[in-house]
Amino acid sequence: MSLQKEEVEKIAHLARIALSEQDIPLYTRNLSDILAFVEQMNNIDTSKITPMAHPLDTVARLRTDEVIENNQRDLFQEIAPQVETGLYLVPKVIE
Amino acid sequence: MHTKTLTELGLGLHQRQFSSVELTQHFLQRIQDYDDQINSFITVTKEIALAQAQAADVCLQTGKTHPLTGIPIAHKDIFCTQGVKTSCGSKMLDNFIAPYNSTVIEKGSEVGLVMLGKTNMDEFAMGSSTETSYYGIVKNPWDIQAVPGGSSGGSAAALAARLTPLATGTDTGGSIRQPASLCGVTGLKPTYGLVSRYGMIAFASSLDQGGPMACHAQDVALLLNVMTGFDPRDSTSLNRPKEDYCVHLNDSLTGLKIGLPKEYFAEGLDAQVAQVLEVAIKELEKLGATLHEIHLPHNHLSVPIYYIIAPAECSSNLARYDGVRFGYRCEHPKDLMDLYKRTRAEGFGAEVKRRIMIGTYALSAGYYDAYYLQAQKIRRLIKEDFVKAFQEVDVIVGPVSPTPAFNIGEKVNDPITMYLSDIYTISVNLAGLPALSMPAGFVKQRPVGLQVMGNYFDEARLLNIAHRYQQCTSWHTMIPQGFA
Repeated sequence: MSLQKEEVEKIAHLARIALSEQDIPLYTRNLSDILAFVEQMNNIDTSKITPMAHPLDTVARLRTDEVIENNQRDLFQEIAPQVETGLYLVPKVIE
Repeated sequence: MHTKTLTELGLGLHQRQFSSVELTQHFLQRIQDYDDQINSFITVTKEIALAQAQAADVCLQTGKTHPLTGIPIAHKDIFCTQGVKTSCGSKMLDNFIAPYNSTVIEKGSEVGLVMLGKTNMDEFAMGSSTETSYYGIVKNPWDIQAVPGGSSGGSAAALAARLTPLATGTDTGGSIRQPASLCGVTGLKPTYGLVSRYGMIAFASSLDQGGPMACHAQDVALLLNVMTGFDPRDSTSLNRPKEDYCVHLNDSLTGLKIGLPKEYFAEGLDAQVAQVLEVAIKELEKLGATLHEIHLPHNHLSVPIYYIIAPAECSSNLARYDGVRFGYRCEHPKDLMDLYKRTRAEGFGAEVKRRIMIGTYALSAGYYDAYYLQAQKIRRLIKEDFVKAFQEVDVIVGPVSPTPAFNIGEKVNDPITMYLSDIYTISVNLAGLPALSMPAGFVKQRPVGLQVMGNYFDEARLLNIAHRYQQCTSWHTMIPQGFA
């Protein structure tokens, strides 16, 4: 399964990872190799099989809908790159 | 002190032959003297260790103790430690001081374990050689040209070099067992859900499991007792009655039925490794076990499906690293998209980026069914192979790694070759089963481990087998030259 440059660029965009022009050939090769390697999966008929997302097939455990955590915003924001009055700062989104 | 078992150290502490402070200082000194040769630690927590040791000594005097009170431990740098750098081997978290403790760390503190530091690892636990860490490669104490294995290479190397008597690791595709094998130490991956993942930085949520590592199986059992237990903060944590994994350590192996998968002893396994394992398996026979050939017909698909499932899950788990709330942020972002893209391009290493991108592709519109869903279907087939096998045998025994430790740099530029070295360990993670690796000999002076895989929740039996084996062999007591 050989990927084209445009596909790799699209994947990188979806993954929000910048890829330089120099990087693209290497990643294209690596990703194509991996996809070729996993092609073996298609040699098997799985039409009658249920996918298994959890090794023990357990389901999500629920709890009662009540507040059990304290607000620790200030503690958690101590390690943020940029904060102001309790808000995380990022570059302007809307022009 | 660094050659004693935990039982001997515990006795020494309780009988006041030495204090926890002295014991801790002994290991801190060894780390100082030897770690620059192997680079197994990212952070040494000297002040914390000494404070914890002092507190342990107070407990030891008043008699309010646990078998592991005052014993030093090294934690893989994937477990969040409050107030202490937790890097996951990545530039992305180089500046991350965890604001909370993971459950594993908390449980360790509760019984009085003394944290020596955080061990080096493949970046975000993605790797089989500990060559992808932002903090440099870890070297195998048995041969510094060789890798220690990964991703828990720092923990394994630190144990082998006797820089710590205990360590924690995590295992998503073999990352406890394979470095344990390559470094000549003992490591166990528990049944999925036994050890809480709260505060354990996530790589692939349906595969990750934290587990104990040590030089002796009985020490692994003692640490497993501490690490396990229901945790309401982990939605995949299992609520089962607490078990004592030491109780059956000395049980006889008479009548034990061992399954040997035909697929594991076929081509791809180094002939000398096969010979070492044959001798080890004979020892188990001498101890009373019987051998039976079994089949795991879908095993050859385990590596391909893992390299869809694990990257898919990691692409989701690593989406949180966006330079906004914590961790690395690129300089002078032009706009929000630039912030995300350059933070992630600069903060992540190549292997992590590869896996995120494969995962993104496999989950994207139009490809989800063909890749992720298909992989999860085959995953069920792999589990069913094991379920069938365990109807015939009690445990399954096999190699951990197709070769002993390879040389540093040998596979790092060839991802697929690196991935294929996980062929014997991955299926156990896919099925959620427990498995351990124990030292079984050497090939060209590099250690070789034997893997013992069990049915769900059969950790006590695996540890029993390892302990009985270690009572009549001495591979696990050997120390690499230069570190004695």
